[in-house]
Amino acid sequence: MKFSDFVASDAIKSELGSTDKEGVIRELVSSLVEAGNLPKDEQENIVQAVLKREELGSTGIGRGIAVPHTKHPSVESPVGTVGVSHTGVDFASLDTEPVQLFFMLISPPDKLNEHLQALENISKQLQDETFCRFLKQAKSPADVKQVLEEADNNQFA
Amino acid sequence: MSNDIFSTRVTIVNPQGLHMRPAYLLAETASKFDATIELVKDDIRVDGKSVLGIMTLGAAQGTDVVVEAQGGDAADAVAKLEALLQSGFPSAKEAAEPEEG
Repeated sequence: MKFSDFVASDAIKSELGSTDKEGVIRELVSSLVEAGNLPKDEQENIVQAVLKREELGSTGIGRGIAVPHTKHPSVESPVGTVGVSHTGVDFASLDTEPVQLFFMLISPPDKLNEHLQALENISKQLQDETFCRFLKQAKSPADVKQVLEEADNNQFA
Repeated sequence: MSNDIFSTRVTIVNPQGLHMRPAYLLAETASKFDATIELVKDDIRVDGKSVLGIMTLGAAQGTDVVVEAQGGDAADAVAKLEALLQSGFPSAKEAAEPEEG
């Protein structure tokens, strides 16, 4: 599964304004709602589901990366977006380092393999240092989109 | 003797496959051992101590994964990881239940 299969490019945030964990999650969900990829009336419900997942263990997996996610019946296929924080946000990560790169993913509860394939793609690309560095340096949503497109064309991992 | 390679083949039993939380639990467990640990699915071989690495396997329910370890505590590591995989990660199931409501 490629980024273009699930990342809502209109919802990409290249300069997150939030400075804490809940704020980032709210900002990314809100961005997906505004872009028309999540229903407005489920917004708070989805935020709470993502926060609840974080309570099980932070999705901050180290090296300045977090993948906040949940399964939610309001989507029919995995929906994701990317957020970049240039200052970094404390996300209670494995390595305690602040997080600059956020990949949010909302998947339908009945399509487990699609969720797995989206995670597989995100993980594969995030293992590449250059991919991460380019994303962290992105100045606009268009920059982020370009890096994702290059990743889809196998220019990194 | 201590450099013998220990390995076992395990079929993924939990319906969600090796998504993030199981990957996290596997990497966390693997990291407690000194042995070099790798997980292998088909022709993909990853570091068993890396959450990202394990997720790149995209291992769904019903697929086979080989756990391979080498080093002093390798035998124990393989046994622990095999048990964890066979358990189907019950804590993740329990945690998923409230979300269904």
